[in-house]
Amino acid sequence: MDPAVGHLNSEMRTIIICNVIKSSLIAVLGCAAALGAGGVRAADVQATLVIRDHKFEPAELAVPAGAKIKLSIENHDATPEEFESHELNREKIVVGNGTITVFIGPLEPGRYPFFGDFHQETAQGVLVAK
Amino acid sequence: MLGTGLLVFREVLEAALIVSIVCAATRGVNGRGRWVGSGIGTGVLGAILVAAFANVIAAAASGIGQELFNAIILLAAVVMIAWHAIWMASHGKELSAQMKSVGSAVQAGSRPLSALLIVVAVAVLREGSEVVLFLYGQAASGAGVVAIAGGIALGVVGGVAVGFALYFGLLGIPLRYFFSATNWLMLLLAAGLASQAAGFLIQADLLPALGNRIWDTSALLSNASLMGKTMHTLIGYDAQPAGMQIVFYAVTATAIALGMKLWGNPAAPRRHASATAAN
Repeated sequence: MDPAVGHLNSEMRTIIICNVIKSSLIAVLGCAAALGAGGVRAADVQATLVIRDHKFEPAELAVPAGAKIKLSIENHDATPEEFESHELNREKIVVGNGTITVFIGPLEPGRYPFFGDFHQETAQGVLVAK
Repeated sequence: MLGTGLLVFREVLEAALIVSIVCAATRGVNGRGRWVGSGIGTGVLGAILVAAFANVIAAAASGIGQELFNAIILLAAVVMIAWHAIWMASHGKELSAQMKSVGSAVQAGSRPLSALLIVVAVAVLREGSEVVLFLYGQAASGAGVVAIAGGIALGVVGGVAVGFALYFGLLGIPLRYFFSATNWLMLLLAAGLASQAAGFLIQADLLPALGNRIWDTSALLSNASLMGKTMHTLIGYDAQPAGMQIVFYAVTATAIALGMKLWGNPAAPRRHASATAAN
Protein backbone atom coordinates (compact mmCIF):
# COMPACT_ATOMS: atom_id res chain seq x y z
CA MET A 1 0.00 0.00 0.00
CA ASP A 2 1.18 3.54 -0.73
CA PRO A 3 2.40 4.99 2.59
CA ALA A 4 0.53 8.26 2.00
CA VAL A 5 -2.75 6.39 1.57
CA GLY A 6 -2.04 4.32 4.68
CA HIS A 7 -1.44 7.51 6.62
CA LEU A 8 -4.71 8.98 5.43
CA ASN A 9 -6.61 5.78 6.32
CA SER A 10 -5.05 5.77 9.71
CA GLU A 11 -6.12 9.36 10.37
CA MET A 12 -9.59 8.71 9.03
CA ARG A 13 -9.92 5.73 11.31
CA THR A 14 -8.90 7.87 14.25
CA ILE A 15 -11.56 10.42 13.37
CA ILE A 16 -14.21 7.72 12.91
CA ILE A 17 -13.44 5.99 16.19
CA CYS A 18 -13.32 9.29 18.08
CA ASN A 19 -16.75 10.14 16.73
CA VAL A 20 -18.10 6.71 17.62
CA ILE A 21 -16.82 7.06 21.20
CA LYS A 22 -18.15 10.62 21.44
CA SER A 23 -21.62 9.73 20.18
CA SER A 24 -21.87 6.69 22.47
CA LEU A 25 -20.91 8.86 25.43
CA ILE A 26 -23.46 11.49 24.48
CA ALA A 27 -26.10 8.77 24.00
CA VAL A 28 -25.40 7.25 27.41
CA LEU A 29 -25.33 10.60 29.21
CA GLY A 30 -28.45 11.81 27.41
CA CYS A 31 -30.23 8.58 28.25
CA ALA A 32 -29.15 8.92 31.89
CA ALA A 33 -30.25 12.54 32.09
CA ALA A 34 -33.63 11.84 30.47
CA LEU A 35 -34.48 8.83 32.58
CA GLY A 36 -32.88 10.08 35.76
CA ALA A 37 -34.49 13.51 35.76
CA GLY A 38 -36.38 13.96 38.98
CA GLY A 39 -35.27 10.60 40.31
CA VAL A 40 -31.57 11.13 40.85
CA ARG A 41 -30.26 12.07 44.30
CA ALA A 42 -33.70 11.74 45.82
CA ALA A 43 -35.31 8.93 47.75
CA ASP A 44 -38.88 8.23 48.79
CA VAL A 45 -38.04 6.54 52.07
CA GLN A 46 -35.27 6.75 54.65
CA ALA A 47 -34.20 3.73 56.69
CA THR A 48 -31.41 3.17 59.20
CA LEU A 49 -29.35 0.18 60.29
CA VAL A 50 -26.94 0.16 63.21
CA ILE A 51 -23.88 -2.06 63.54
CA ARG A 52 -23.03 -2.90 67.15
CA ASP A 53 -20.77 -5.75 68.36
CA HIS A 54 -20.50 -6.89 64.72
CA LYS A 55 -24.26 -7.40 64.46
CA PHE A 56 -26.94 -5.49 62.57
CA GLU A 57 -29.74 -3.81 64.54
CA PRO A 58 -32.43 -4.53 63.56
CA ALA A 59 -31.46 -7.82 61.98
CA GLU A 60 -34.68 -7.68 59.99
CA LEU A 61 -35.67 -4.32 58.56
CA ALA A 62 -39.05 -3.76 56.89
CA VAL A 63 -39.17 -1.29 53.99
CA PRO A 64 -41.95 -0.46 51.56
CA ALA A 65 -41.82 -2.21 48.19
CA GLY A 66 -41.82 -0.06 45.06
CA ALA A 67 -40.08 2.89 46.71
CA LYS A 68 -36.58 4.21 46.37
CA ILE A 69 -34.84 3.88 49.75
CA LYS A 70 -32.02 5.90 51.25
CA LEU A 71 -30.43 3.45 53.65
CA SER A 72 -28.10 4.81 56.32
CA ILE A 73 -25.78 2.41 58.11
CA GLU A 74 -24.23 3.62 61.36
CA ASN A 75 -21.23 1.70 62.60
CA HIS A 76 -21.07 1.94 66.40
CA ASP A 77 -18.07 -0.39 66.53
CA ALA A 78 -14.54 0.97 66.48
CA THR A 79 -13.54 -1.42 63.68
CA PRO A 80 -14.39 -1.14 59.97
CA GLU A 81 -17.10 -3.23 58.33
CA GLU A 82 -18.20 -3.78 54.76
CA PHE A 83 -21.94 -3.71 54.12
CA GLU A 84 -22.61 -6.16 51.33
CA SER A 85 -25.61 -7.77 49.66
CA HIS A 86 -25.64 -9.95 46.57
CA GLU A 87 -29.43 -9.67 46.28
CA LEU A 88 -29.36 -5.87 46.47
CA ASN A 89 -26.17 -5.66 44.40
CA ARG A 90 -24.52 -3.33 46.91
CA GLU A 91 -21.19 -3.13 48.72
CA LYS A 92 -19.71 -0.29 50.73
CA ILE A 93 -17.11 0.09 53.48
CA VAL A 94 -18.18 1.66 56.79
CA VAL A 95 -15.19 2.84 58.82
CA GLY A 96 -15.20 2.46 62.61
CA ASN A 97 -17.72 4.84 64.20
CA GLY A 98 -18.70 6.02 60.73
CA THR A 99 -21.96 6.29 58.82
CA ILE A 100 -22.61 5.51 55.17
CA THR A 101 -25.54 5.95 52.84
CA VAL A 102 -26.54 3.60 50.03
CA PHE A 103 -29.45 4.03 47.67
CA ILE A 104 -31.61 0.98 47.09
CA GLY A 105 -34.65 0.03 45.08
CA PRO A 106 -37.41 0.44 44.11
CA LEU A 107 -37.68 -3.19 45.26
CA GLU A 108 -40.18 -5.87 44.39
CA PRO A 109 -41.78 -7.46 47.47
CA GLY A 110 -39.44 -10.05 48.94
CA ARG A 111 -36.52 -10.77 51.26
CA TYR A 112 -33.10 -9.32 50.52
CA PRO A 113 -30.35 -10.70 52.76
CA PHE A 114 -27.28 -8.57 53.54
CA PHE A 115 -24.18 -9.14 55.62
CA GLY A 116 -21.04 -7.56 57.01
CA ASP A 117 -18.24 -8.97 54.89
CA PHE A 118 -15.67 -8.58 57.66
CA HIS A 119 -17.72 -10.41 60.32
CA GLN A 120 -19.90 -12.82 58.39
CA GLU A 121 -20.40 -15.21 61.31
CA THR A 122 -22.40 -12.59 63.25
CA ALA A 123 -23.19 -9.66 60.95
CA GLN A 124 -26.20 -11.03 59.05
CA GLY A 125 -29.49 -9.33 58.32
CA VAL A 126 -32.33 -9.13 55.87
CA LEU A 127 -34.28 -6.31 54.27
CA VAL A 128 -37.95 -7.19 53.86
CA ALA A 129 -39.78 -5.27 51.18
CA LYS A 130 -43.57 -5.32 51.62
CA MET B 1 -6.89 -18.00 60.96
CA LEU B 2 -9.13 -19.86 58.48
CA GLY B 3 -11.71 -17.06 58.46
CA THR B 4 -9.00 -14.47 57.88
CA GLY B 5 -7.44 -16.69 55.23
CA LEU B 6 -10.75 -17.07 53.41
CA LEU B 7 -11.41 -13.34 53.17
CA VAL B 8 -7.84 -12.62 52.07
CA PHE B 9 -8.13 -15.45 49.53
CA ARG B 10 -11.28 -14.01 47.97
CA GLU B 11 -9.75 -10.57 47.54
CA VAL B 12 -6.36 -11.83 46.35
CA LEU B 13 -8.10 -14.15 43.90
CA GLU B 14 -9.89 -11.28 42.17
CA ALA B 15 -6.67 -9.30 41.76
CA ALA B 16 -4.71 -12.42 40.77
CA LEU B 17 -7.15 -13.28 37.96
CA ILE B 18 -6.71 -9.83 36.43
CA VAL B 19 -2.92 -9.96 36.81
CA SER B 20 -2.93 -13.40 35.11
CA ILE B 21 -4.78 -12.09 32.08
CA VAL B 22 -2.38 -9.14 31.85
CA CYS B 23 0.59 -11.54 32.13
CA ALA B 24 -0.82 -13.73 29.38
CA ALA B 25 -1.50 -10.70 27.17
CA THR B 26 2.12 -9.56 27.60
CA ARG B 27 3.55 -13.00 26.86
CA GLY B 28 6.99 -12.87 25.34
CA VAL B 29 7.62 -9.19 26.03
CA ASN B 30 11.06 -8.33 27.37
CA GLY B 31 10.93 -6.89 30.87
CA ARG B 32 7.19 -7.34 31.34
CA GLY B 33 7.92 -8.74 34.82
CA ARG B 34 9.18 -5.32 35.83
CA TRP B 35 5.98 -3.66 34.61
CA VAL B 36 3.67 -6.15 36.26
CA GLY B 37 5.79 -6.09 39.42
CA SER B 38 5.66 -2.28 39.54
CA GLY B 39 1.90 -2.45 39.06
CA ILE B 40 1.52 -4.83 42.01
CA GLY B 41 3.87 -2.70 44.15
CA THR B 42 2.01 0.51 43.30
CA GLY B 43 -1.29 -1.25 44.02
CA VAL B 44 -0.16 -2.47 47.46
CA LEU B 45 1.09 1.01 48.37
CA GLY B 46 -2.10 2.56 47.10
CA ALA B 47 -4.19 0.02 49.04
CA ILE B 48 -2.49 1.01 52.31
CA LEU B 49 -3.00 4.71 51.56
CA VAL B 50 -6.66 4.22 50.59
CA ALA B 51 -7.31 2.18 53.74
CA ALA B 52 -5.54 4.79 55.90
CA PHE B 53 -7.67 7.56 54.42
CA ALA B 54 -10.85 5.48 54.18
CA ASN B 55 -12.78 7.89 56.40
CA VAL B 56 -11.65 10.90 54.34
CA ILE B 57 -12.68 9.20 51.08
CA ALA B 58 -16.00 8.08 52.59
CA ALA B 59 -16.87 11.59 53.75
CA ALA B 60 -15.86 13.25 50.47
CA ALA B 61 -18.49 14.49 47.98
CA SER B 62 -21.29 14.43 50.58
CA GLY B 63 -20.81 10.78 51.43
CA ILE B 64 -20.46 9.32 47.95
CA GLY B 65 -16.65 9.63 47.81
CA GLN B 66 -16.18 5.87 47.99
CA GLU B 67 -18.42 5.22 45.01
CA LEU B 68 -16.91 8.08 42.98
CA PHE B 69 -13.38 6.91 43.76
CA ASN B 70 -14.15 3.32 42.78
CA ALA B 71 -15.98 4.34 39.61
CA ILE B 72 -13.16 6.67 38.52
CA ILE B 73 -10.33 4.18 38.99
CA LEU B 74 -12.40 1.42 37.37
CA LEU B 75 -13.12 3.60 34.33
CA ALA B 76 -9.44 4.59 34.17
CA ALA B 77 -8.59 0.88 33.99
CA VAL B 78 -11.20 0.45 31.25
CA VAL B 79 -9.59 3.20 29.14
CA MET B 80 -6.13 1.68 29.65
CA ILE B 81 -7.31 -1.79 28.60
CA ALA B 82 -9.05 -0.31 25.55
CA TRP B 83 -5.88 1.49 24.51
CA HIS B 84 -3.78 -1.63 24.88
CA ALA B 85 -6.31 -3.94 23.21
CA ILE B 86 -6.61 -1.65 20.19
CA TRP B 87 -2.83 -1.34 19.96
CA MET B 88 -2.51 -5.12 20.12
CA ALA B 89 -5.13 -5.61 17.42
CA SER B 90 -2.88 -3.77 15.01
CA HIS B 91 0.36 -5.42 16.14
CA GLY B 92 -0.62 -8.87 17.42
CA LYS B 93 0.04 -10.67 14.13
CA GLU B 94 3.55 -9.23 13.84
CA LEU B 95 4.19 -10.20 17.46
CA SER B 96 3.22 -13.85 17.06
CA ALA B 97 5.19 -14.03 13.78
CA GLN B 98 8.21 -12.57 15.53
CA MET B 99 7.86 -14.93 18.47
CA LYS B 100 7.57 -17.92 16.14
CA SER B 101 10.62 -17.00 14.06
CA VAL B 102 12.88 -15.90 16.89
CA GLY B 103 11.35 -18.21 19.48
CA SER B 104 12.13 -15.77 22.24
CA ALA B 105 11.19 -12.48 23.80
CA VAL B 106 10.48 -9.45 21.67
CA GLN B 107 11.18 -5.85 22.51
CA ALA B 108 8.24 -3.92 23.90
CA GLY B 109 8.91 -1.04 21.49
CA SER B 110 6.08 1.47 21.49
CA ARG B 111 3.69 -0.94 23.18
CA PRO B 112 1.70 0.81 25.93
CA LEU B 113 2.85 -1.37 28.84
CA SER B 114 2.35 1.57 31.21
CA ALA B 115 -1.38 1.20 30.50
CA LEU B 116 -1.26 -2.35 31.83
CA LEU B 117 0.74 -1.24 34.87
CA ILE B 118 -2.23 0.97 35.75
CA VAL B 119 -4.70 -1.90 35.22
CA VAL B 120 -2.70 -4.16 37.57
CA ALA B 121 -2.30 -1.36 40.12
CA VAL B 122 -6.05 -0.63 40.11
CA ALA B 123 -6.92 -4.31 40.59
CA VAL B 124 -4.49 -4.72 43.49
CA LEU B 125 -5.45 -1.40 45.07
CA ARG B 126 -9.19 -2.12 45.09
CA GLU B 127 -8.98 -5.60 46.58
CA GLY B 128 -5.96 -4.76 48.72
CA SER B 129 -7.58 -1.81 50.48
CA GLU B 130 -10.40 -4.08 51.66
CA VAL B 131 -7.87 -6.59 52.96
CA VAL B 132 -5.96 -3.87 54.81
CA LEU B 133 -9.15 -2.52 56.46
CA PHE B 134 -10.26 -6.03 57.39
CA LEU B 135 -6.88 -6.92 58.89
CA TYR B 136 -6.76 -3.62 60.75
CA GLY B 137 -10.13 -4.50 62.29
CA GLN B 138 -8.92 -7.98 63.20
CA ALA B 139 -5.80 -6.59 64.85
CA ALA B 140 -7.80 -3.93 66.70
CA SER B 141 -10.18 -6.60 68.02
CA GLY B 142 -7.21 -8.43 69.52
CA ALA B 143 -6.55 -11.17 66.97
CA GLY B 144 -3.09 -12.64 67.46
CA VAL B 145 -0.14 -12.02 65.17
CA VAL B 146 0.02 -15.72 64.29
CA ALA B 147 -3.65 -15.83 63.29
CA ILE B 148 -3.32 -12.73 61.13
CA ALA B 149 0.01 -13.64 59.53
CA GLY B 150 -1.19 -17.21 58.98
CA GLY B 151 -4.40 -15.96 57.41
CA ILE B 152 -2.53 -13.63 55.07
CA ALA B 153 -0.15 -16.43 54.05
CA LEU B 154 -3.01 -18.89 53.40
CA GLY B 155 -5.05 -16.38 51.42
CA VAL B 156 -2.19 -15.02 49.34
CA VAL B 157 -0.80 -18.47 48.50
CA GLY B 158 -4.27 -19.76 47.58
CA GLY B 159 -5.22 -16.75 45.47
CA VAL B 160 -1.89 -16.59 43.65
CA ALA B 161 -2.06 -20.36 42.97
CA VAL B 162 -5.39 -19.96 41.17
CA GLY B 163 -3.93 -17.01 39.25
CA PHE B 164 -0.99 -19.15 38.10
CA ALA B 165 -3.36 -21.96 37.11
CA LEU B 166 -5.31 -19.55 34.89
CA TYR B 167 -2.08 -18.17 33.41
CA PHE B 168 -0.69 -21.58 32.49
CA GLY B 169 -4.10 -22.60 31.18
CA LEU B 170 -4.09 -19.59 28.86
CA LEU B 171 -0.56 -20.44 27.67
CA GLY B 172 -2.08 -23.63 26.24
CA ILE B 173 -3.85 -21.59 23.55
CA PRO B 174 -2.07 -22.12 20.21
CA LEU B 175 0.22 -19.21 19.32
CA ARG B 176 -1.74 -18.51 16.13
CA TYR B 177 -4.82 -17.54 18.10
CA PHE B 178 -3.08 -16.54 21.30
CA PHE B 179 -3.04 -12.74 21.05
CA SER B 180 -6.51 -12.44 19.59
CA ALA B 181 -7.76 -14.70 22.41
CA THR B 182 -6.07 -12.66 25.16
CA ASN B 183 -7.26 -9.49 23.45
CA TRP B 184 -10.88 -10.65 23.56
CA LEU B 185 -10.38 -11.62 27.20
CA MET B 186 -9.12 -8.09 27.87
CA LEU B 187 -12.19 -6.70 26.08
CA LEU B 188 -14.56 -8.71 28.31
CA LEU B 189 -12.53 -7.73 31.38
CA ALA B 190 -12.87 -4.05 30.47
CA ALA B 191 -16.61 -4.39 29.83
CA GLY B 192 -17.01 -6.07 33.24
CA LEU B 193 -15.07 -3.29 34.98
CA ALA B 194 -17.25 -0.69 33.26
CA SER B 195 -20.35 -2.52 34.49
CA GLN B 196 -18.93 -2.48 38.04
CA ALA B 197 -18.30 1.26 37.72
CA ALA B 198 -21.93 1.73 36.68
CA GLY B 199 -22.95 -0.27 39.76
CA PHE B 200 -21.11 2.18 42.02
CA LEU B 201 -22.64 5.19 40.28
CA ILE B 202 -26.11 3.68 40.72
CA GLN B 203 -25.39 2.95 44.40
CA ALA B 204 -24.42 6.63 44.85
CA ASP B 205 -27.62 7.63 43.02
CA LEU B 206 -25.60 9.51 40.41
CA LEU B 207 -27.03 7.38 37.62
CA PRO B 208 -30.49 5.83 37.31
CA ALA B 209 -30.52 2.03 37.50
CA LEU B 210 -32.76 1.70 34.43
CA GLY B 211 -34.28 -1.33 36.11
CA ASN B 212 -32.76 -2.84 39.25
CA ARG B 213 -32.80 -6.41 38.12
CA ILE B 214 -33.15 -6.93 34.40
CA TRP B 215 -32.75 -10.68 34.80
CA ASP B 216 -31.92 -13.08 37.61
CA THR B 217 -29.66 -16.06 36.99
CA SER B 218 -28.81 -16.60 40.68
CA ALA B 219 -30.25 -20.11 40.55
CA LEU B 220 -27.88 -20.94 37.68
CA LEU B 221 -24.74 -19.22 38.97
CA SER B 222 -24.91 -17.13 42.13
CA ASN B 223 -22.80 -14.01 42.66
CA ALA B 224 -21.89 -15.43 46.08
CA SER B 225 -20.34 -18.64 44.74
CA LEU B 226 -16.64 -18.88 44.01
CA MET B 227 -17.31 -19.58 40.33
CA GLY B 228 -19.76 -16.64 40.22
CA LYS B 229 -17.13 -14.35 41.73
CA THR B 230 -14.49 -15.64 39.31
CA MET B 231 -16.71 -15.06 36.30
CA HIS B 232 -17.65 -11.66 37.75
CA THR B 233 -13.99 -10.65 37.77
CA LEU B 234 -13.08 -12.20 34.42
CA ILE B 235 -16.03 -11.33 32.19
CA GLY B 236 -18.19 -9.11 34.40
CA TYR B 237 -20.80 -11.79 35.13
CA ASP B 238 -23.62 -10.51 37.31
CA ALA B 239 -26.58 -12.68 38.29
CA GLN B 240 -28.84 -9.65 38.78
CA PRO B 241 -27.59 -6.78 36.64
CA ALA B 242 -29.16 -3.34 36.59
CA GLY B 243 -30.10 -1.90 33.21
CA MET B 244 -27.42 0.78 33.38
CA GLN B 245 -24.76 -1.87 34.02
CA ILE B 246 -25.80 -3.65 30.85
CA VAL B 247 -25.61 -0.34 28.94
CA PHE B 248 -22.07 0.30 30.23
CA TYR B 249 -21.04 -3.28 29.44
CA ALA B 250 -22.41 -3.17 25.90
CA VAL B 251 -21.06 0.31 25.08
CA THR B 252 -17.56 -0.58 26.35
CA ALA B 253 -17.45 -3.93 24.55
CA THR B 254 -18.72 -2.38 21.32
CA ALA B 255 -16.37 0.60 21.45
CA ILE B 256 -13.30 -1.61 22.00
CA ALA B 257 -14.39 -4.14 19.37
CA LEU B 258 -14.93 -1.30 16.88
CA GLY B 259 -11.55 0.19 17.76
CA MET B 260 -9.87 -3.17 17.27
CA LYS B 261 -11.59 -3.59 13.93
CA LEU B 262 -10.88 -0.08 12.65
CA TRP B 263 -7.27 0.06 13.79
CA GLY B 264 -6.58 -3.63 13.54
CA ASN B 265 -5.69 -3.53 9.85
CA PRO B 266 -2.34 -5.33 9.47
CA ALA B 267 -1.75 -3.49 6.18
CA ALA B 268 -1.52 -0.16 7.99
CA PRO B 269 2.08 1.03 8.26
CA ARG B 270 3.32 0.23 11.74
CA ARG B 271 4.71 3.67 12.54
CA HIS B 272 1.42 5.46 11.81
CA ALA B 273 -0.75 2.90 13.53
CA SER B 274 1.20 3.12 16.76
CA ALA B 275 1.25 6.92 16.59
CA THR B 276 -2.54 6.87 16.23
CA ALA B 277 -3.02 4.46 19.09
CA ALA B 278 -0.87 6.66 21.31
CA ASN B 279 -3.08 9.69 20.68
